[in-house]
Amino acid sequence: MTIENSNGARKLSASLAHVHAAGWGKGLSILTRITVMALRHPWQSAAAIGATFIASAFQLMIPQLLGRAVDEAQGITNGGSAAAVAQDALLATALLLLGASILRGLFTMVQNYYSEAVGHHIGYELRLACYEKIQRLSFSFHDGVHSGDLITIVLLDLEGVRMYFSTAFVRLFFLSVLIGIGAYLMISTDLVLGLLALSFVPFVGWRSSVTQLRLRATWLDLQERLQVLTRVMEENLGGIRVVRAFAAQDHEMDKFEAASRNALNLAHQRVGIRVANTSAMTFSFFAAMGLVLWVGGGKVMSGEITVGTLASFLTFMTILQMPVRQLGLMVNAFARASTCGARLFGLLDLEIAVRDDEKAADLTVTEGTLRFNNVSFAYPSAPEQNVLQDVNFEARRGETIGIVGPPGSGKSTLAHLIPRFYDVTGGSITIDGQDIRKIRLKSLRRSVVVVQQDSFLFTTTIENNIAYGDPWAKEQNIARASESAQLHNYVLGLPSAYGTVVGERGVSLSGGQRQRLSIARALMLKPTVMVFDDSTAAIDAGTEQRIRSAMRRYASDRVTIIVAHRLSSLMHADRILFIEGGQIVEQGTHEELLAMGGRYRALYDLQIRPDDDAMSA
Amino acid sequence: MAEELETERADVREDGRRPPRAVVGSHRIEEEIFGKVFDKNIVSRIWAFVDPYKTKVMWAVVAVLIFTAMQLLIPLIIRYAIDHGMQTGGNHSALVYAIGAFLAAISVNFAASYAQETLVGNVAEDVLFDIRKAMFSHLQRVSLSFMDKTEVGRLMSRLQGDVNSMQEFLETSVLSVGDITLLIGIVVVMLYLDFGLGLLTLSALPVLFIVRIFWLPRARKSFMAAHETNSITSGALAEAIHGVRAVQSMNRQPVNFMLFDEKAGANLRTHLTAARYAQVMVPIVDTLTGIAMALVIVVGGARVLGRALDVGVMVAFLFYIQRFFDPIRSLTLQYSVMQRAMASGQRLTDVLDVKVDIKDAPNAKVLPADMDGSVEFRDVVFGYNPKHPVLKNVSFKVNPGETVALVGPTGSGKSSCMSLIHRFYDVQQGQVLVGGHDVRDLTQDSLGRQIAMVLQEPFLFTGSVFENIRYQRTDATREQVIEAAKAVGAHDFIMRLPDGYDSILGQRGGNLSLGQRQLISFARALVADAKILVLDEATANIDSYTEMLIQKALVKLLEGRTGLVIAHRLATIREADRIIVLQNGELVESGNHAELMRNEKLYAKLYNLNYASFDDIPDQLVEEAASTSSRT
Ligand SMILES: Nc1ncnc2c1ncn2[C@@H]1O[C@H](COP(=O)(O)OP(=O)(O)OP(=O)(O)O)[C@@H](O)[C@H]1O
Ligand SMILES: Nc1ncnc2c1ncn2[C@@H]1O[C@H](COP(=O)(O)OP(=O)(O)OP(=O)(O)O)[C@@H](O)[C@H]1O
Ligand SMILES: [Mg+2]
Ligand SMILES: [Mg+2]
Repeated sequence: MTIENSNGARKLSASLAHVHAAGWGKGLSILTRITVMALRHPWQSAAAIGATFIASAFQLMIPQLLGRAVDEAQGITNGGSAAAVAQDALLATALLLLGASILRGLFTMVQNYYSEAVGHHIGYELRLACYEKIQRLSFSFHDGVHSGDLITIVLLDLEGVRMYFSTAFVRLFFLSVLIGIGAYLMISTDLVLGLLALSFVPFVGWRSSVTQLRLRATWLDLQERLQVLTRVMEENLGGIRVVRAFAAQDHEMDKFEAASRNALNLAHQRVGIRVANTSAMTFSFFAAMGLVLWVGGGKVMSGEITVGTLASFLTFMTILQMPVRQLGLMVNAFARASTCGARLFGLLDLEIAVRDDEKAADLTVTEGTLRFNNVSFAYPSAPEQNVLQDVNFEARRGETIGIVGPPGSGKSTLAHLIPRFYDVTGGSITIDGQDIRKIRLKSLRRSVVVVQQDSFLFTTTIENNIAYGDPWAKEQNIARASESAQLHNYVLGLPSAYGTVVGERGVSLSGGQRQRLSIARALMLKPTVMVFDDSTAAIDAGTEQRIRSAMRRYASDRVTIIVAHRLSSLMHADRILFIEGGQIVEQGTHEELLAMGGRYRALYDLQIRPDDDAMSA
Repeated sequence: MAEELETERADVREDGRRPPRAVVGSHRIEEEIFGKVFDKNIVSRIWAFVDPYKTKVMWAVVAVLIFTAMQLLIPLIIRYAIDHGMQTGGNHSALVYAIGAFLAAISVNFAASYAQETLVGNVAEDVLFDIRKAMFSHLQRVSLSFMDKTEVGRLMSRLQGDVNSMQEFLETSVLSVGDITLLIGIVVVMLYLDFGLGLLTLSALPVLFIVRIFWLPRARKSFMAAHETNSITSGALAEAIHGVRAVQSMNRQPVNFMLFDEKAGANLRTHLTAARYAQVMVPIVDTLTGIAMALVIVVGGARVLGRALDVGVMVAFLFYIQRFFDPIRSLTLQYSVMQRAMASGQRLTDVLDVKVDIKDAPNAKVLPADMDGSVEFRDVVFGYNPKHPVLKNVSFKVNPGETVALVGPTGSGKSSCMSLIHRFYDVQQGQVLVGGHDVRDLTQDSLGRQIAMVLQEPFLFTGSVFENIRYQRTDATREQVIEAAKAVGAHDFIMRLPDGYDSILGQRGGNLSLGQRQLISFARALVADAKILVLDEATANIDSYTEMLIQKALVKLLEGRTGLVIAHRLATIREADRIIVLQNGELVESGNHAELMRNEKLYAKLYNLNYASFDDIPDQLVEEAASTSSRT
């Protein structure tokens, strides 16, 4: 499924470059990594930061101009000069003020827009990177993580990181310039008044940092509790048939209530922390304003400063109020970005357990022989427990291998090793002598197809589901595959035929129809090795026979492995392996195994001979 | 194959056939349409959830009003201080007085803002959880036919995203009350302080409104588009996570990545556009602020010069102007929150309004635990879509204590029969009776407690093995659980798990083999201790030997219970008291194994296919047997 189209290829490599960029900087601190991602958009970042400086400069001009206007209005600056002159001065100040306002607006717009734009670009890149990573992370990773948790990372945590540039990084510049220069201007105008006006800043800074740290801790906690709630809801809805079958609605409501109350309590607590913080911040701001008014008022009376100066101080404070309140938000944004980022980059940094070797080559099929050499395997979650132990067998092109065995004996595991969904922990698997670990995954998986035991169907049309592995397939091919899988006639009987959307995971199909759909999907790929993992269990024997005879046409080109419990599904196989406890305990043809009189024979007797005491076998 | 692909793709491009969508294919665009800003029905529905907290909300509004009043008062105090306390040679006590008033005002302000934010914050959280609970509990009752059609992801986004935007809405609507009063208050105070100057300042307003008239529809469209592409992208991501095993085994990563890139790229573009629209208002508002201030300076300043206006009034005006545009700006923001909330509210009420098709009749009886356990179908006609019946005139009776098997080709309606016994769906014609009562006359709860099912899909919950087996029977003891596990032959492998019965299962039991999952769901049905046991392919993924052991163990456990068994492996059901053969939704034969074999109809054919090697089967028989089944 390569994309040879040159335009597409260019697009693809650009997108992959984004993915690469997002993954850069493993080992560096999270905030550094996000910052570097932002700086990869140099012009936009520069525009955002540059505009920030300019916007704050104009912002700072406004109180001064206002103060000047107040003084001019009182005729203070130009003493006893003529009213006309004073009016001209007022007009000039007014025009300056208008200009400053307009420019402040324009540059604020530029600042906001570009810092958001950088954020959106980062979000886009991270989304691509997550998507790409999730698609490639091996089964062993997905086995160990709940899908809801992954979704939280790619939706919520990604937001936290995306917002970093605009709400934390750029705001840091904005606030330091505004507060810094504002402080300088005020202090240089009047030391005492300036200090008083700024007295609320350290308090608010301290207060908000302390609070934000607490909020951050509770936020993590809350997110965990919400995840539990999400899981309860999601599994309830996904397993709704089980819930109904056991009349377990009350039980489920109890589970929901418990999780919900747990989260709600914490949410209330968070409101408390947040509110105490903001109210105290506002109060300290106004208290400082009161002080300025008092001391400044005295100074005005004693003629030390003018009313205009006082007005400009007060305006300064109003202007500073907003950024100082934002200080808290900013600290929060930093905290959020670093915790969310830790999870997100943690995902992006994960090693992919099963990936291409540097020297990997495409598979070259000559004989079409599959061989298991002393294969042992243990799942990473239980490394000391071998699920497969010293499995040896060989299958040539055109051969069919049957596999039987009790539940949990390792049949599906064996099937999953061939397309390298997991890597063997001992021994090797080869196709025509090439170790599958040395074959490029893409080419391996094109040649080895497993019809999985519980296959996942997509919520889309039947046609799209069949063509899933070959999206550009011709309609005839789709119809042919579906015919071979004995699905065609059924589909044609549906009101919108191949355009019918199958419900989630195929709920609107019967068990056998779902299995036939996944067989048809696999048939589209024309593989060298084809594995049916118990994929006809819900199909009646008659239909299954039809499927098998339709497939006999292709069987000579490939190795077919059939895992089944119904012996009629595999008794015609060239060789049958009986697996128990991860080991091949019997193998041979149907006749040989019957003659051996062992476990296979016991199965056969149970399934075939009506009234025998096969149990004693 | 590669060449074949190449050529195929060329003509494929021409006729424009696109690769299958990699997103949740069913994303429906109309769902994201923004609602009206104010929809009386929705507001009244949502209000029902706020109602229990009415008093708190009232206090919150009071606090907001007080808070706003203080916001208005503070510049007035400053004005007073300037005009009366600071004139050279003015009296000092006026300043002290003003400072005292200021102190009082900010204390009240503190209390009011504290009260308001606490109340609003907590009520919003409460309401959020209440709405979610109402929806969740409603979803426990809606019929399965609705659930079949609706994706879990979609419902989850109702339960989370939409509920959250309602919370946002509640918080902002209280704030909007404050903003609107502040706006009105500022206008009144300005006009009161100086009517002429006030009017002049307000003259900037109409300009703002005109600009907004042009801005609004466009901005709204762009916000809407951003919201929509966002949910498309999220849907695609969720699908990649859920279907990752299929994706990898079908090698779909590159194609999916390309398709996702398109979606994510579109998402980026719409967000940039939306940001542009949101930001363009900033300079406009700032310009208007500038104009208003300039007017106050020129006109007001001239009058101050002419001693016609106190300088304090001018200062107060300048303060008010800066505060004046804040509420306008935040009202603009709140406007889009409102829109979103209305759309969310619509979707929430849609869920709450899903009709519960299957509910207890007004005088529904409780199915007694000592009922006889019989099951009867009388002329049942049923279809998921009433126009296409899946079961046609099916009649049979299962006597108390009997085990009856249902067999038939795939898609013939076996699982559907089982669903009807449990009343997952209602029949269109005829009757289903359990213990002699029409299932529609029984309470669903009591019916459910008397029927234990092993479903064709073994669904397990995240949690320990123990919790899974015991499931809703929270009073079941460990002994009972172990006994059930032993009966189905699951005990041994459970004990081999790291923590035995307390081992935590992965999502959907993913760290077990399918057969093992089936055994656990089988054990779960046994613990439920019901009169009627329904096994839908309960041993399809289990070898015959294990199955035989299970059957032997079950003999004792199931004594006196009624059993309904579906199996494709006919050996499984050979021992059944009676076998019912379904084909195409019709009952074609019934009897015990020997009788049916003598009949030499469908059952006998299927049975023969079941054991013969297919090389031995005459083609004609294959044709025959299959033509009867593949039509389904
Ligand atoms: N939830 C549903 N919504 C719509 N149609 C459905 C639904 N479930 C089943 N069907 C359709 O009803 C018919 C009968 O399905 P049912 O599941 O009863 O078959 P079955 O006999 O159990 O088959 P199998 O042996 O394959 O499990 C099928 O054609 C199927 O597509
Ligand atoms: N993802 C996993 N992580 C850890 N252990 C696993 C995982 N999948 C399977 N196992 C364990 O490995 C063993 C073999 O499982 P496998 O699925 O291969 O059995 P199987 O032979 O296919 O059984 P069945 O007939 O029931 O499908 C079982 O004991 C099972 O519990
Ligand atoms: Mg298996
Ligand atoms: Mg079924």
